[in-house]
Amino acid sequence: MLKLLLAPFRNTTGIARWILITGLVITAMFVIFAIFAPWIAPYGFAQKIDASGDRFPKMGEPSAAHWFGTNDQFYDILSRVIWGARTELTVVLLSVLLAVVIGVPLGLLSGFLGGWVDRALVFVMDALYAFPSLLLAIVFAFLLQARLGGAGILAAALSLTAIYIPQYFRVVRSTTVSAREETYVEAARAIGAKPRTIMGKYLFGNVIQSVPVIGTLNAADAISTLAALGFVGLGIQPTEAAEWGYDLSRALDDAAAGIWWTTLFPGLAIVLLVTGLTLIGEGLNETVNPALRKRRIRKVVLTRGSVTEPERPGTDQNEVVTP
Amino acid sequence: MTRSDVVIEADDLRVWYGSERGPVKAVDGVSFNLAKGEILGLVGESGCGKSTLGRALLGLLPPGAAMDGTLLFEGEDLLKSSRKAMLARRGSELGMIFQEPLTRLNPLMRISQHFEETVRTHEKGISKDEVRRRALEVLRLMGIPPTRYRAYPHEFSGGMRQRLMIALALVLRPSFVVADEPTTALDVLVEAQIIRILHDLRREFDTSLLLITHNLGIVAEACDRVAVMYAGKIVELGDAKTVFSKPQHPYTRELLRSTISLRTEGLNYIPGAPPDLTDPPPACHFHPRGPDAMNICATKAPRDRVYENGIHVQCWAADLAHGAVDLTDEEKAPLIREEISVADEA
Amino acid sequence: MSSQGSVPRYVAQRLLLVIPMIWVLLTVVFVLLRVAPGDPISASLGGKLSAEALADAKHRAGLDRPLIVQYFDYIKDVATLNFGNTFTDNRPIIDVVRDNGGATLSLTVGAFLIALLVGIPLGLLAGRRRDTVSDVVIRIFGVVSYAAPIFWTGLLMVILVAPTGWPTYDIASAETKFLVEPRTHILIVDTVLAGNTDAFLDVLQHHVLPCVALGLLLSGVFIRLVRVNLLQSLKGDYVEAARARGVPEKYVIRRHAFRNALVPVITVVGLQVALTLGGAVLTEKTFNWPGLGNQLVKYIVAHDYSAVQGLVTFFAIVVVVVSVLVDIVNALIDPRVRY
Repeated sequence: MLKLLLAPFRNTTGIARWILITGLVITAMFVIFAIFAPWIAPYGFAQKIDASGDRFPKMGEPSAAHWFGTNDQFYDILSRVIWGARTELTVVLLSVLLAVVIGVPLGLLSGFLGGWVDRALVFVMDALYAFPSLLLAIVFAFLLQARLGGAGILAAALSLTAIYIPQYFRVVRSTTVSAREETYVEAARAIGAKPRTIMGKYLFGNVIQSVPVIGTLNAADAISTLAALGFVGLGIQPTEAAEWGYDLSRALDDAAAGIWWTTLFPGLAIVLLVTGLTLIGEGLNETVNPALRKRRIRKVVLTRGSVTEPERPGTDQNEVVTP
Repeated sequence: MTRSDVVIEADDLRVWYGSERGPVKAVDGVSFNLAKGEILGLVGESGCGKSTLGRALLGLLPPGAAMDGTLLFEGEDLLKSSRKAMLARRGSELGMIFQEPLTRLNPLMRISQHFEETVRTHEKGISKDEVRRRALEVLRLMGIPPTRYRAYPHEFSGGMRQRLMIALALVLRPSFVVADEPTTALDVLVEAQIIRILHDLRREFDTSLLLITHNLGIVAEACDRVAVMYAGKIVELGDAKTVFSKPQHPYTRELLRSTISLRTEGLNYIPGAPPDLTDPPPACHFHPRGPDAMNICATKAPRDRVYENGIHVQCWAADLAHGAVDLTDEEKAPLIREEISVADEA
Repeated sequence: MSSQGSVPRYVAQRLLLVIPMIWVLLTVVFVLLRVAPGDPISASLGGKLSAEALADAKHRAGLDRPLIVQYFDYIKDVATLNFGNTFTDNRPIIDVVRDNGGATLSLTVGAFLIALLVGIPLGLLAGRRRDTVSDVVIRIFGVVSYAAPIFWTGLLMVILVAPTGWPTYDIASAETKFLVEPRTHILIVDTVLAGNTDAFLDVLQHHVLPCVALGLLLSGVFIRLVRVNLLQSLKGDYVEAARARGVPEKYVIRRHAFRNALVPVITVVGLQVALTLGGAVLTEKTFNWPGLGNQLVKYIVAHDYSAVQGLVTFFAIVVVVVSVLVDIVNALIDPRVRY
C-alpha cells in the first residue's frame, strides 16, 4: 500500500515535478520549525520578559533583539511564528487523520452497500458539504468550546475534522461506486469473494490513490480555516499556544496607525505554509488525474532496421509471379 | 487502374511515435493505392496500427509523432505540404468519420452551427442560407429530415448521429474519406444502414473510402478490396472476394477462421496476443503465432510480393507455395517455439 | 423548438427540491446546536442569574420542553420566516438580517464581480498556454491569492492605504449614514434611490478595499477552476473532430474548448457562494463592515446561542436558494441538462 501511496510522487514529470518539489521544500521548512521550535525560537511563545528580567517592548519595531518585532501583548513575533508552526501542524495533522479514519471507511461502506443507508448518508454529507465550511467550523468550534471548556487545540482539531469528513466520504464513495461496477469486481463476486475481501483488495487500492491529493489540499484548507477561527476568536488562547490567526486579530486595531510588523509576519507564515501544501497537492494532482496528465513528448527518429527488416519495397514492386 | 484514376498513393509510410520504452512503430512501411470511387477495407486486431494509419492519412497525428515515406493525394505529396495547406484540404478534400458519434459533436452547438462552421472555414463569405441549402441536401441523402436542422446533438439517436457525422464529413464533397470504425459503437441493425450509406457514397459522390474496422463481415459486404494489417504492416492486400475465399497469409486465414457464424461449432482463436509495437518480434512479426512458421520466418523478414489477381502478400510460406523463392532445408524447417504460457495469452 | 419548452418544467422540478434540502439543513443545524451540554440560556447567562431566574428564563424560552417539540416549533417558525430572537439584546433575528444583510450583499456581489473579471480571463489564458511562463505565473498567483488569508491581505491594504486618507473601514462615513434613508436597506442602492451623488460615491469608495480583497481571494479559486476545465475540454473528442474538418486551431480553442470549458465552470462558480459567505465573515471583521458576518462574530463572542442559531439558519437558506438559482442558470445555458 505504501508503494501505491508513493507512486504519484515518483511519476511526476516536468512542471508538475517542480511544483511538487517547491511545495515539499516549503512545507519541510515549517515541519522543521514545528519539531525544533524549542531550539530554534529565540524566546517562548508566551514570554514577556527577557533573560535579564526586563520586559519586552510593547509593539516594538523589528530590531536586533526581536527580528520580527513584538506585538501588543509584549510577545516576540518571531518566536510566535516559529512556535505557531507547531500548533498549526499538530492541529491539522490530527484533524485530517481523524477525518480520513472516519470518512474513508464510511465512504467505502456507503458506496459498497448502496440502498437506503447509502442514500441517507449521502444526503447528510451533501448537506454538510454544501454549507460554507468556515461557518460550519465556526458552529462546531462554538459548540465544542462550551463542552470542552475552552480547550483550544482539541476543540479546534475536532471542528476541523467535522467539516472534512464529508469530503473524504464523497470522494471515496464515488470512487467506490464506479469501481463497484467494474467488471473485475463483478468477476470477483462471481467467484464468491466476500464483501470484505472485495472492498479491501480491489476497491481500496483504487481509492487510496486519490487520498494523498485530497489530504494535502485538505491540510492547506485546514490551516486557513484554523487561522480564520483564531482570527474570529474561536481559536486557541495565546497563553496555551501560538496561533497565527489569533495574532492577526490583535493586529487589527493598529493597522491604521501604520504598525505593519504585527500583520506581515504571522500572515506571511500562513501564506507560505498553505501555498506549500497546495503546491504539493497540485503537483500530485497533475499526475494522478489522468485527464490532466500530459503525455511526455519524446522525439522519435525514424531509423532503418537491420538484416531482419525487409529491403525497401519498390525495387520489386512490379514483380508479378506466375505460378 | 490508370494513373489519373488514382486518388491515394501511399509508399513505404511509417508513423512512429515516442514513448518511455522506445519508439512505437504503429505504422511501419505501409504501401497501397486507392482509386476513385473505390472502397478499401482495412482490418486487423486492436492495436495493429490501423487507426494511426487512418489519422496519419489526414495528417492528424498525436504530438511527438514522426512520419515519413510518400503519400500522394491526387498527385501531391501530403507529407511535404505545409500545415496551412493541409488545414485547407481537411474537410473539403479529405474527410474523416469517427467511431463514437456522440462525443464527436459539440454538445453546446446546434447541427446547423456545426455545418456553418465547417463550410465557412473553407468557403469564407458564404451565406447562411447557402450553407443551409447544401447541408439539407446532404442530410436528405442521409435520411435526416430538414426539421431537425436546428436541433442539438443529444436529441438524436446513435445511428442518426453517425449519419450526421457522415453528412458533415461529406458536405463539401471530399474525394477521399477515412471511416475509422464507424459502426463499432452502433447496434447491428443500424450498422447495416450505415454501411449501406457508405457503400452508396461512390454512386452519389464518387468518393474513395478507406473503411477501417475489425468486423470482417462489413468488409466482405461493402468493400472492393481489403488490406489486412498486423503489427504496423500490411500483410495481405487485394480484391475482397478473392482474399476472403482464398486467403494466402496465415494471419488472414486465422482471422477468417475465428469469425463466428451460425455454422460455427467450436470456437477458434489465435493463440498469443498482438505484439508490443515498441518491440515487435524480429523478422516476420507474426512468427510467434503462425501455426506453420518456419525457421526463416524468425530470421529474415518476408518481402511484399504481388501475385495473380494483383494480390500483395508478405509471407515466406506464401512465397514458397508460389515457388517464388528457393529456401534451404534449414530455412524451411518448422520453427520450434516455446509453449505460449497462459500468462502471455491474458 | 422542443428544447425551450422543458425549461419551465426543469425550473419547477428544482424549486420543489428546495424544500427537502432546506429541511435537511435545518435539521442538521438544530441537532448541532443542541448537541452542546446544558442549554443556550445557561451558557450565555449562566453566571449572571440565580438558579430560579435561570429556570424561569429557560421556561420562558421554551427550553424545558421535550426536544422533539422544540424541533417542530423551530421548523414551523422558520417556515414563517421567524428566526427567533437574540438572547443578549432581544432583537428579532429578522431585524438583524434586514439591517445588516444589505451590507453583506453589496460586499459579496462586488467581490464576486471582481473575481469573475479577473479570474476567468486569467484562467483561460493559463489553460491555453499550458506550461508556458504565463501559465506558471498565473497559477502561482492563483495559489497565493487563495492561500493568503483575507484578513491578512485586507490588513496589508489598510496599512498601505491608510496614509493616503482613503477610507479603510465601515461602509460609509457617519454623515452618509445619517443622511440616506434606508429603503431597500442596501446602502449603495439607497444612495442611488435618494439621488445623492456624494453619498453614492462615498459608499462606493468604501466598497473598494473590501471588495478587492475578497475578490482577489475568490479569483484564485476561479483561475484554477477555469484552467482545469479548459484543459479537459481541449481533450474532447469533438475538438479532434473539428480539427479533422480543417477548422483552424484558434477557432477550435475559442469556439469549442473555451465555451465548453466555461459551462461547468458556471455551476461551480455559483457554488462558490458558500465560500464567499465564509470569506465575507472574515472580511467584515477586518474592515469593520456592518454586515451579517460581523453580527455573527459579535453574537458568538457573547455566547448568544439563539442569535447564532437564527443567523446560521438564515445562511443555510441563502446557500440553498442560490444553489437552485445556479442550477436554473445552468439549464438555460446547457441544453443537455433540460432532459
